[in-house]
Amino acid sequence: MKLESTLKSTLENYGFIFPAVLIFSLFYIYPFVQIFHLSFFDWDGIVPFKDAVPVGWGNFKEIFSQDPTWWQATRNAGFITVIALTFQNILAFLLALACDREIRMKNFYCLTFFIPVVLSEIVVGMTWRFLINDFDGANVVNRMLGALSLSHLAHHWLFDPRTALTTVALVHCWKGFGWGFLIFLAGLQTIPRELYEAARVDGASAWETFRNITVPLIMPVMGLVAILTVLGTMQIFALIIGLVGGEFAGHTSVPVLRILASMQGSSRFGYACAQGMTFGMILVTLSFFQYRLARRARV
Amino acid sequence: MSGAAAVTSNTYYKAKRAALNVAIHLFLVGVAITCLYPLLWMVSSSLKTQQTIFTDISLMPHPAHFENYIDAWRTGGFGRYFLNSIFYTVSVVVGILLIASLAGYAFSRFRFRGRTVLFIMFIAAMMIPVPGSFVALSVLLNKLHLRNTPLGYILCMINVGLPMSIFLIKTFFDTMPREIEDAARIDGCSKIGMWRHVALPLARPVLAVVVVFNALNVWNEYLLALIVFHDKNLMPLQRALMVFRGEFLTNYPLLMAGLTITALPIIIVYLAMQKHIVRGVTAVFG
Repeated sequence: MKLESTLKSTLENYGFIFPAVLIFSLFYIYPFVQIFHLSFFDWDGIVPFKDAVPVGWGNFKEIFSQDPTWWQATRNAGFITVIALTFQNILAFLLALACDREIRMKNFYCLTFFIPVVLSEIVVGMTWRFLINDFDGANVVNRMLGALSLSHLAHHWLFDPRTALTTVALVHCWKGFGWGFLIFLAGLQTIPRELYEAARVDGASAWETFRNITVPLIMPVMGLVAILTVLGTMQIFALIIGLVGGEFAGHTSVPVLRILASMQGSSRFGYACAQGMTFGMILVTLSFFQYRLARRARV
Repeated sequence: MSGAAAVTSNTYYKAKRAALNVAIHLFLVGVAITCLYPLLWMVSSSLKTQQTIFTDISLMPHPAHFENYIDAWRTGGFGRYFLNSIFYTVSVVVGILLIASLAGYAFSRFRFRGRTVLFIMFIAAMMIPVPGSFVALSVLLNKLHLRNTPLGYILCMINVGLPMSIFLIKTFFDTMPREIEDAARIDGCSKIGMWRHVALPLARPVLAVVVVFNALNVWNEYLLALIVFHDKNLMPLQRALMVFRGEFLTNYPLLMAGLTITALPIIIVYLAMQKHIVRGVTAVFG
């Protein structure tokens, strides 16, 4: 009787987590294991897998020695990430500082800054493309340049190889700064007001207060935002599809678009998996070093 | 310090603070306009015609061509895609609510073998990026004959939302005192009964966060929609927008109407549920 009820209870416990574990094993763990496995094969994804050709480390050798387009894509994503880390995060931090005080319309600002975040990459990309690229009459940036008598600089920002990637990066910052803003603001609001009060009583200037109270206490949050920015930005791709339409002969190609091209364009599933693995390792390495840096900064 | 000096320095500080305030507001308003202008532009363009959209740069087009929306809804097919998106979003969110609340509750309350390992597995999935997994996922969907089916897409998207949702729900229950359930247990309530009648009502705040984040995520998702669907009639809005742009490259008013149809529901949900989003961000990153 006792044994029976324990057994029933145990089965009940597993019953609660069974649906979650089942879906997770099937759609997360299995593909996870599969990319390791597939990346050692030459397979077009069409013929039965038993006819796939095992190539050992061949796919990886190709990535590292014969695929400049892959590294160009990685550099492009790196470039966008550097802009996001600096421009976007500094902007987000300044806005959060501005809102971390008694200020009118605070709710309106908080509400507005997060709107670009909740919109999809496709919507943002298509709207901005329309705003800054497609029509001379409607191109808002060109109109502003015209008003500043700089109309010789006006052009189709996304269809010029020299400006396409930077334009993508700036639109990405526009879409993403709300995240950093919200996290920074939440972080700033956890700093006890008494600390500022005490500093003021001791005669500290605004800059000294900022330098010696705000910055050290917000450092962990900065580390977190930096890691999220890198992981999010390196994997950018849908925004580029919405904005540019595709890789633009490599000028706006990024790793995820390369993986998609290997898979859907050239039907090389094994190679696509090897690219995915390589990219995953790059991301894990990057976040590991950032984590180390953030921890050192905290001490 | 004498009284007069204190007053002067007081007015000086007041003036300085007022100037600083104006500068800060200018900065904030500038950024806010940059956030809103593209959206206003999108909506106003959707009310223009093929001819005026090239030349008319006003935000209030006159006359406003609301019939663009009827065209987009019917001939553009956005009515169908809209309903697809609604169907996928609701199915995925309901699925996640059910599965994640069961699991999150069990991880928090029950003791069983493998509990810690399994929970860490979900957490690890939240942290480790697997950028190429969609390749293997598409192979799997082919094998299961779930390619190009709503069910395949819904299951994939439930999986995407599970780890974060389980994490949120589990940590929420960890902060809840167990005494609340003890009364129900003494009354002879079964485990599933406690989940249903005690835990779920208690968890409403965290479930709201789970709903908002997953709804936004499914509605805006593009990559898996690209992998799973090739039949136009099954596509959600994000995917259909790209197909529409490919087919009707120059029909900008209809495209802008389609964009507005896609963006508006999400903005409404966001405005209505903003406090849950802020709470969610604080719960995860705070």
